[in-house]
Amino acid sequence: MAVKDYLRERFFPHLWCPGCGHGEVLGGMIRAIERLGLKKNDIVMVSGIGCSSRIVGYVDFHTLHTIHGRALAFATGVKLARPELTLIVPMGDGDALAIGGNHFIHAARRNIDITAIVMNNRIYGMTGGQFSPLSGINVSATTAPFKTIDKSFDIVELARAAGATFVARSTTYHAQHLSEVIEKAIRHKGFSVVEVLTQCPTYFGRKNRIGDAPEMVKWLKDHTTPVGSKAKQENPELIERGIFVDIEAPEYCEEYSKLVERARGGSR
Amino acid sequence: MAKPKLKRHLINRDWCKGCGICVELCPKHVLELDEQDKVSVVRPQDCICCRLCELRCPDFAIEVETEE
Repeated sequence: MAVKDYLRERFFPHLWCPGCGHGEVLGGMIRAIERLGLKKNDIVMVSGIGCSSRIVGYVDFHTLHTIHGRALAFATGVKLARPELTLIVPMGDGDALAIGGNHFIHAARRNIDITAIVMNNRIYGMTGGQFSPLSGINVSATTAPFKTIDKSFDIVELARAAGATFVARSTTYHAQHLSEVIEKAIRHKGFSVVEVLTQCPTYFGRKNRIGDAPEMVKWLKDHTTPVGSKAKQENPELIERGIFVDIEAPEYCEEYSKLVERARGGSR
Repeated sequence: MAKPKLKRHLINRDWCKGCGICVELCPKHVLELDEQDKVSVVRPQDCICCRLCELRCPDFAIEVETEE
């Protein structure tokens, strides 16, 4: 099938700003799903609130557009009721790690078979460019006219510490890589997290004078390096991309069905 | 495997928002924005069919069609 066969074309052109990276993440996700040969009816995409969360409106899968930060909680419910379905949860950085921070760490802790895609543009775009827990130090935002003093989360380290069994990072510059890691994340049995560094030219780029969308995409190329590279040792400021965690561990739905079996056996 | 040969670029002008990502990041400078800020193919003979424009376009507005 072609990429467009997975889209709800009647809603296009989409609402994202010119140059916003979210559309590219959507494309990467669809190409991954196409290569995996998943049926549209076997995929459930659940999102919360924000620019990134509007993604579910554009895909021809089962979709749930839920409440801010709680997409993983809804997805957990769907997955436990119908474990045979493939659950994908696209989230923004604020949605995933500020409003939904607790849901994020606990979904990771349980190792439930859900793929979380965190589209990290380091800003709250939809509400007007407030800084997020991923903005980092020395960033301008509408709520930080004198620049931020807040350290940012490292999504990869946070997900690893919370117990996610697949953790990767990619960017919108590395389009091919982005789609490949999403494919691996969906294939992985357990909680997988893919952080995608993406661009918000409207708020982050303009406020921080990084330039227009193409300049922001080039920034992602210049400020990242493959995991374990020599460049990182020479310049610790670089952000690593690649697969950081890929381990096997008991999956939550499988453990739950074993528990149900045990409980049934015990009552007889 | 033989090099893919370009048939044409399919451009959806209604979906293109003129962000310029494809134009700036094309390794062969095949594309430009026209007077209406929509992508147009100005040097198709230089296209190497790497599809980076297609993969990076946030608006699904450009597709590279190759000869079978």
